[in-house]
Amino acid sequence: MQGLAAQTIFAIVIENLTKDYGDVRAVDGLSLSIPEAEVFGLLGPNGSGKTTTINCLTGLIKPTGGTLQVSGHDVQTESSKVRAVMGVSPQETAVFPHLTGRENVELFGALYSVPKKTLGSGVDHVMEKVGLMDEAGRRVSKYSGGMKRRVSIAMALVQDPRIVLLDEPTVGMDPQSRRAIWDFIMELRDKGKTIVLTTHYMEEAEELCDRVGIIDHGKLIALGSPAELKSQYSARDLEDVFIQLTGRRIREGA
Amino acid sequence: MKLNRALALAKKDWRRMYREPAFLFMIILFPVILTIAFGTSFGAVGGSQSPTYNIAVVDLGAAGNATWSHQFAQALISTDVMKVQYFQDNLTAQSALSQGKIQGVLLLPASFDASVQSFKSYPSQPAEWVNSSVLLYLDKGSILSAQVIPSIVQQTFENAILGLKGSAPAMPVSISSPSLVRVQSSSVFDSFAPGLFAFASIYMIMMVAQSYTTERENGVLNRIVVTPATSTDVIMGSVISYLAIGLVQVLLVFLCVYALGYHPVADIAGLLVGFLIATVFALCNIGFGLITASIARSAGAATGISFLFLMPQLFLGTFVGMALSSTAQTAARFVPAYYVTDALTSLFTRGAAITSQAVLTDLGVVSASSVIILLVGIQAFKRSVR
Repeated sequence: MQGLAAQTIFAIVIENLTKDYGDVRAVDGLSLSIPEAEVFGLLGPNGSGKTTTINCLTGLIKPTGGTLQVSGHDVQTESSKVRAVMGVSPQETAVFPHLTGRENVELFGALYSVPKKTLGSGVDHVMEKVGLMDEAGRRVSKYSGGMKRRVSIAMALVQDPRIVLLDEPTVGMDPQSRRAIWDFIMELRDKGKTIVLTTHYMEEAEELCDRVGIIDHGKLIALGSPAELKSQYSARDLEDVFIQLTGRRIREGA
Repeated sequence: MKLNRALALAKKDWRRMYREPAFLFMIILFPVILTIAFGTSFGAVGGSQSPTYNIAVVDLGAAGNATWSHQFAQALISTDVMKVQYFQDNLTAQSALSQGKIQGVLLLPASFDASVQSFKSYPSQPAEWVNSSVLLYLDKGSILSAQVIPSIVQQTFENAILGLKGSAPAMPVSISSPSLVRVQSSSVFDSFAPGLFAFASIYMIMMVAQSYTTERENGVLNRIVVTPATSTDVIMGSVISYLAIGLVQVLLVFLCVYALGYHPVADIAGLLVGFLIATVFALCNIGFGLITASIARSAGAATGISFLFLMPQLFLGTFVGMALSSTAQTAARFVPAYYVTDALTSLFTRGAAITSQAVLTDLGVVSASSVIILLVGIQAFKRSVR
């Protein structure tokens, strides 16, 4: 599978995933295997099918065809087991504006049944990692867009999940905050977590990802480590790779 | 379902209640302001009592040839301040009394005719009399009824039936003393007050619907459903939070109406059952809110759709319903709020016992309809989330 050793344990296995919205095929026969402790980047322009793939992995969207497995559990038939091992930060900054940053994170800790004894220290840890310790007591409605996204990431990680799905995790963040999130993601990888992230930022993918999958019009058009892809297409960066594959810049849209 | 998850979600709703001004206004301040507005507008308007008193006569000797009891009833009618309705049994009459349809019940014993006849035959020989007792039940919520009816009944019996010119030193028939009356005054507000409890609660439909649609719009609902929390956890969180909010509403409205002069005649048990009925009604409103949220695609649409459930309850089931036609009042029987207001009127204003048929029927209807509507709401909402 994608050149990986046969004994590799896969955190996520997607086979022939298809998702149709009426006449529009958002994901078209996508197959992908992501081993444990890998940071995997799903790259592509808006509307290419990245978020649909993430939503299928979370069980939020029922695929039209294909199968998805997370930690060996089928997403459709064993959804409760899948949800228990996975932390999700969606594309929209889905937070409760009337709660403080800390209360939002505490709430999601409770939803993941994090024991009360460890919840407090867990919340402190993730709030510190996303750089919001000093702002934890303020209501999220007063936060900037970047701060809301950081809280959203903290909400996905408070239960210390084995698998993390981050949909556009650093959109709208200042460079300093983005760097802090990158460091946090690297730290999670070092701890053996599997991370799947979608991004527009090529430098983010190159910095963080062990492998990337480039997706366009719902199809996986390239897969490999950033270095492999750059070498394969004699490209300066991943943006160049995308241009060579599609004839468009990644931010021009699908 | 895990209770700690439901409680965590309930806590989130409680925080919203006191942190979001619009939410706080609709749930707490609006009912309080409305109650105060009605109380100050109508509280001083007295004299709404009818000059004619409707009483029920239950003639336990009616199976025989009860001529004196019939004459007694006719004599009461001829006073021009009494309207008499015959009831077959005491239970039905008590139910009508507790619902405020009549102001008193006169229970004539089977031996009534024999007692009167014995007096007529031996007016000065008490040893020959057949003694009996007439029982009189009165509306505890009407001080005028309590003051006027016993004396009219007593005088009519002595003068028209026994033919006495003044009070007799002894009679074969004793008329029981009615219960003590605690109500100090009666006003239009007294008849409005029970309806305010249901009125305060029905806006919960809009709040629940808006809450869920807003959470769906900003993505947090989807985010919650990809955690191990189930739809049941989410909905139970709402049920817990809104039940508590419903109880707070009931207590606040009660404090307001009490401060404005509406003093329920119910005892502690009656008050508790009244609060229970009003709180259970919150389940119904949560159910309607969930149904609304499952239909509406946005918070704005939820506001509009919620009026489909809110308006019938408002016009047919609260104090507003008092002014409706008989046809509309018949339609009101299909609205849960009607039974809440009816039960609270029976308990708080009429002083009905918690075991009275009227109260138990209302409690049963409110509980059953609330549970059914809640279950329908849960199913509809679950289907819309997944």
